[in-house]
Amino acid sequence: MMSEVVIAAGDIAQPQRRVRLTLTLRTLLFLALPMAFLAVFFGYPMVDILSRSFHSADGALTLQNYATLLDRPAYWRVTMITMQLSFAVTLICIIVGYPVAYVAANARPAVGAVIMVFVLLPFLTSVLVRNYGWIVLLRPGGILSDVASAIAGREVQLLYNRFGVLVGLVYTMLPYFVLTLYSVLKAIDTRLVFVAYSLGSSRWSAFRRIYLPLSMPGVVGGALLVFILSAGFFITPRLLGGDRDQMLSSIIAYQVEILIDWNMASTLAVVLLAITLLLFLIYARLVGIKQLVTSKW
Amino acid sequence: MKNLDQDEFAVATSVDPPAITLTGLWKAYGNFVAVRGIDLQVGKGEFCTILGPSGSGKTTALMMIAGFVMPGRGSIKIAGRDLTFAPPQKRDLGVVFQNYALFPHMTVRDNVAFPLEMRRTPRNEIAERTDRILKLVELDSFSDRYPRQLSGGQQQRVALARALVFEPAVLLMDEPLGALDKQLRGHLQLELKRLQRRLNVSVVYVTHDQEEALTMADRVVVMKDGRIEQNGTPQEIYDRPRTPFVATFIGETNLLPGTLIEAQGSKGQVELPTGRKVRAMLGAGVREGERAIASVRPEQLSVSEAPSSNGALNSWEGRIREVTYLGDAIRYHVIVDEGRPTLASTLVVKEPRNARQTPLAAGPSVFVEWPVEHTRVLAPDQR
Repeated sequence: MMSEVVIAAGDIAQPQRRVRLTLTLRTLLFLALPMAFLAVFFGYPMVDILSRSFHSADGALTLQNYATLLDRPAYWRVTMITMQLSFAVTLICIIVGYPVAYVAANARPAVGAVIMVFVLLPFLTSVLVRNYGWIVLLRPGGILSDVASAIAGREVQLLYNRFGVLVGLVYTMLPYFVLTLYSVLKAIDTRLVFVAYSLGSSRWSAFRRIYLPLSMPGVVGGALLVFILSAGFFITPRLLGGDRDQMLSSIIAYQVEILIDWNMASTLAVVLLAITLLLFLIYARLVGIKQLVTSKW
Repeated sequence: MKNLDQDEFAVATSVDPPAITLTGLWKAYGNFVAVRGIDLQVGKGEFCTILGPSGSGKTTALMMIAGFVMPGRGSIKIAGRDLTFAPPQKRDLGVVFQNYALFPHMTVRDNVAFPLEMRRTPRNEIAERTDRILKLVELDSFSDRYPRQLSGGQQQRVALARALVFEPAVLLMDEPLGALDKQLRGHLQLELKRLQRRLNVSVVYVTHDQEEALTMADRVVVMKDGRIEQNGTPQEIYDRPRTPFVATFIGETNLLPGTLIEAQGSKGQVELPTGRKVRAMLGAGVREGERAIASVRPEQLSVSEAPSSNGALNSWEGRIREVTYLGDAIRYHVIVDEGRPTLASTLVVKEPRNARQTPLAAGPSVFVEWPVEHTRVLAPDQR
């Protein structure tokens, strides 16, 4: 209220700073508990992981862990598989998810609601159960495997390979993508499309020039989310993939559980973090951080 | 002068087909009939305002012309071509919405260039025409800004430039100034009118603001409940409203309901329940012996301490109950037949500030008078 009056008088800079300061103090107080929680259970472990990746088993400061990483082709291969799979999952989610989100956002409200319920339905069961479900469907002798074999005319392996991981990941990630995109599409003023028609634009041009660009924050935001989640996903590659389809998360678990090499596990975790951070920076450059929260032009 | 104008108009229409011809236009949504049979012609270069309260069907009518809403019945001709069911892309109309509907991800220049790009206009011509129209609406220095960086008035001008740049046959506007403050609105009304004359573009302009309709339009179409109540020049609409609804919706008016007891030629007499008689000019559709309403504008009335003996005036005795100072005018509420509370009528008198040195005070008995020729007998509104 007060800032409004002052803005009307034409003096913006000074009072706004004051309003913001009180806001910050109050917000800080408000956030004290969650921030303390994050500091202890997120901040400290992150620092610890980062620090471990630069230490050897006997506690000496070293770059040896990173040298080992670069040295062993196995690590390279796993990193590449992780990237390839995450990229493929993201791409498929965009292609499959865009039409779903589009229809849900632009259909009659009742129809849109039903579609979104179906999109969210998988969240009602645990990831583990859903992945076991895929094993039932994909395993040799399972229904999908039988159908695929009948079509191909030979035995087709759907489980414990790249295909199985891809199916499981896309299935798991699709709701995240659709949900993210949906919220952005819902906020688009569809009158703009009609305005484009009245200005002589064909349906396709109006989509390409108006609707699609306005939906891009949702596409990029959803894709980023899917990519980051996929790159660190553990259960699906573990259950549906073979030995040669394991991703970074599996190798990290292997380091922790079997080799009990916490420092190497930390190093791999840092690599994963670096990759996702890099993607996030690219996103920030392309779309801007603000779009992630507001999704408004 | 007026006849001359009409003659010119007649000549113009005989050469060019009307910009828009609506015949029996009808639209229902389920059981709700939004527009019930509209016939309307808008001449080339004419500024036609559709005026009505919300829910009168004016926006639905406009959306049908634009092609966003398909009519249930009737036909739409634009520049002589039947485009009743043509998609919006094929109509070659400029549309300006109340919320401007600028493309938020495009600069001012790209917004304005958009319709030309859709028409595959050569690149250099696009640049040239975009620059020219932006100069015309005085936004040439803002061409690289995004809509969110502009004020409401500036956004409105961008929307206007975008709707005009491809030189459409007709410009459709849906409450284009509705979101702006009063002062800016007045300024843009004049600007818009000037631009319209200069480009000689036909305009269909939807508004619920009667003042806006009177200032800008060559022709005002008053709508109510999906029908056209009256179609005429601003002066006709104001001076000779066809129905009590039009009389009250546009400007202020005194309505005196009663019975038409006498009709002779163009004049008649309405008897009020109190037995008082009002002499007035006969409007359309009134019949002797039936219920009728006498209507007179407050500025036609005057108050005085003694009655004049002018036979061309209705003259009643009453008491001033309230005096309101309006700045440029004084408003008196004069109560007549106070002795019979259920039948007493209150007449609103609007007197120019310079009519007398000191305004009359509330209380004393006065005579309220008004010319017969500015009083009209109207048939009651149909429900």
